Amino acid sequence: MNNSGAFSSMWSTITKKYSIFFVLLILIILCSLFNHNFLSTRNLTNVSRQISVTTILAFGETILIICGMLDLSSGSVLALAGVFSVSAYKITGSMTVAILVAIAVAVFCNIISGLLITRLKAPPFIATLSMLAMARGAALFYTNGQNIYQIGGYKTVGQGSIGFLPIPIIFLITILIVTWYILKHTCFGRSLYAIGGNEEAANASGINVNSNKMLAFIINGVFVGVAGVLFMSRVNAGLPNGAIGFEFQALTSSIIGGTSFSGGIGTAGGTLAGAFIVGFLNNIMNLASINSYIQQIIRGAIIALAVVYDIWSKNRRTRSVIGAIKSEK
Amino acid sequence: MNNNMRLTVEGIEKSFPGVKALDNINFSVKPGSVHVLCGENGAGKSTLMKIINGIYKADKGNIYIDGQQVVVKNPQHARELGVSMIFQELNYIPEMTIEENLFLGNLPKTKFGRVDWKKIREKTLELLEAERLSYKPTTKLCELSVSDIQMLEITKAVSYESKIIIMDEPTSAITYKETERLFTKISELKARGTSIIYISHKMDEIFRIADEITVLRDGTVIETHDKDDIDINTVIKLMVGRELSDEFPKEEIDIGEKVLEVKNLTRNGFFHNVNFNAKRGEIIGFSGLMGAGRTEVMRCLFGLDETDNGTILINNKPIKIPNVRTAIKAGLAMLSEDRRRYGIIPVRSVKENATLASLPKFFYSGRLHRNKENATTARMFKDMNVKTPTFETTIQALSGGNQQKVLLAKWMICDPDILILDEPTRGIDVGAKYEIYKLMMSLVKEGKTLIMISSELPELIGMCDRMYVMAKGEITGELQREEFSQEAIMKFATGFEKQEAISCE
Repeated sequence: MNNSGAFSSMWSTITKKYSIFFVLLILIILCSLFNHNFLSTRNLTNVSRQISVTTILAFGETILIICGMLDLSSGSVLALAGVFSVSAYKITGSMTVAILVAIAVAVFCNIISGLLITRLKAPPFIATLSMLAMARGAALFYTNGQNIYQIGGYKTVGQGSIGFLPIPIIFLITILIVTWYILKHTCFGRSLYAIGGNEEAANASGINVNSNKMLAFIINGVFVGVAGVLFMSRVNAGLPNGAIGFEFQALTSSIIGGTSFSGGIGTAGGTLAGAFIVGFLNNIMNLASINSYIQQIIRGAIIALAVVYDIWSKNRRTRSVIGAIKSEK
Repeated sequence: MNNNMRLTVEGIEKSFPGVKALDNINFSVKPGSVHVLCGENGAGKSTLMKIINGIYKADKGNIYIDGQQVVVKNPQHARELGVSMIFQELNYIPEMTIEENLFLGNLPKTKFGRVDWKKIREKTLELLEAERLSYKPTTKLCELSVSDIQMLEITKAVSYESKIIIMDEPTSAITYKETERLFTKISELKARGTSIIYISHKMDEIFRIADEITVLRDGTVIETHDKDDIDINTVIKLMVGRELSDEFPKEEIDIGEKVLEVKNLTRNGFFHNVNFNAKRGEIIGFSGLMGAGRTEVMRCLFGLDETDNGTILINNKPIKIPNVRTAIKAGLAMLSEDRRRYGIIPVRSVKENATLASLPKFFYSGRLHRNKENATTARMFKDMNVKTPTFETTIQALSGGNQQKVLLAKWMICDPDILILDEPTRGIDVGAKYEIYKLMMSLVKEGKTLIMISSELPELIGMCDRMYVMAKGEITGELQREEFSQEAIMKFATGFEKQEAISCE
């Protein structure tokens, strides 16, 4: 009884931990049966390229959601950072300067959101909603509502490759590793989980809640800045009206990847899997030429499904663990 | 089948996946009597009560109310049958008014289907008057104290004309005075013929109000006795299934030099001019009624709240403690009274909870040292006798006593010199309490200093070397171990008397 109880609880921990990857695997198998082009290198590279921008945003969202916050403004801030970056490139001709400008702008916006939340105690939803409007307005004001074209070499970052790997995918992998490292191997990461799980208890354990929240926003800002450069260079223009609604795809990826909106739960790997699930679903629906309005309905339904599954599996897990403890007595 | 019984349960069995929670339970409650259920956490008391209240369904067995066999479908149905339950954790909506709360889920309607607020007001006033409670129906619950809300819950149960009221640890969050009020109420209910099933861990209470006592252990009824046929030690022995040599494992230890001195500590509106000190190897008690300011003083000492005035000296060096980080570095640790609010991170693993206050010990040179974290956790859990299936189990899945031990482990990993324990045994069972007392002794033997806040006088008297009593934000008395008595403490705690010698020289 004793051993089997502990074993079954360990087994359920493992299945829970990796269930999202099983889902991804099954999806890949189904898609490849359904369409012969699905598993072609070209198609897979395409999907990865398509999802790279929103997935980078999703890593930022994951970090924020884990500590009990979120960012509704990432699409707008991306656009603002992107247009500044494009014009910085047009003036200086230096890609390094362009990237630094993008990051600086995005970090600046995120610091404002962070201050609103930590100093003025604004709810993250409201603070970043206001940033959503402000950043979009700033992007449109700065460009006078006009797209910036003829951006020359800027497009290389989004469209080029190093060897067989497209550059956006290299960025994606780098940010995946950075996120994984932060969450797994730093005090800061561990503190984020604690803050999201129970802020007051984290504070009473000596964790500086405000400075950790600020740092989470700053890191989110860096990711958004990088995403801004990739996006503008992929579309080969500075679009002040671009990336509208990207935060929702990012949030979707994160939630499907097992990040809990109640805070304290989420992983980098899960978010990546979630992003690929979203990406593959869009891809297969396009390959099957499903009406794009219907696609939107399906995407919405999948979020609901992911949340229901999250709640269901949480209940089941808690019960089986309690069972294991009782049987030990 | 005895028809004179108010409630009889017969052969109740209940299994959860992998566990038999209840096995062949038989017991009866007489009309107009208080039947106390005791047993350690996990003994099956709550499961049994939830079956009687219709929250769970029994796998086997029968329930009779006044001799009639009943099948309780849900709590609503239980209420119709005359059974209501007052839960340990009061669930209420702070912004709701008294009248809304009383009729929640049972709102009377006019014939057009509109809520009949007039009728609600009338009935509320009627009920409050009948219960001699002087609240206004429009008062919000957030303005009431915990015991007020508890009284209201009882009023609610009375309004359903319940024949049986189940009370699950009703005194775990209220003070002595409020407990007295509850007990008066209980005797009134008894006089009316209402039967009460009372679940509690507090032995002195149990023996004050019980007519009969049933002890549960591991999902079975061990014995049922009339109160007069049994004594405290027997009950404890039956509960834990073994003899506990002594309720409090207190030993005499050499007390060393002064390690902490607090002078004129003040937080406006909460407490003022608080002076106390603590020596190496000492267990200092803080007694007082709820709201006397004990927790508030400790929160300031631990850097959780700001102070307005005063000095803190650790090892004779003055120190400013603006935040918890500084407090931990100065060798302080504080186990909070509110485990769920300030203690556990429910969704995270027991291991992460245990190492939370000393992260830099495991995260250094750029990575997490996982083996070190596991080894430290394993060692601490062994010392504390924490029962957990794996280190990855979420802490919310453990029993209250085990959660408390994990939190103690968290502070022990910090290796503090001074450990503040705020209500360390609240809501945990006798066996786990005893383990915590033993642990306290082993800590002072290592030369640590303990400060214990408790609302349970027996444990303060049993464990402390010296005691401070607080009332209304001031220290009103200091007692040496040989001066300890319930009367002496209560005199200072109610503020009738105040020692002048206490004020700072």
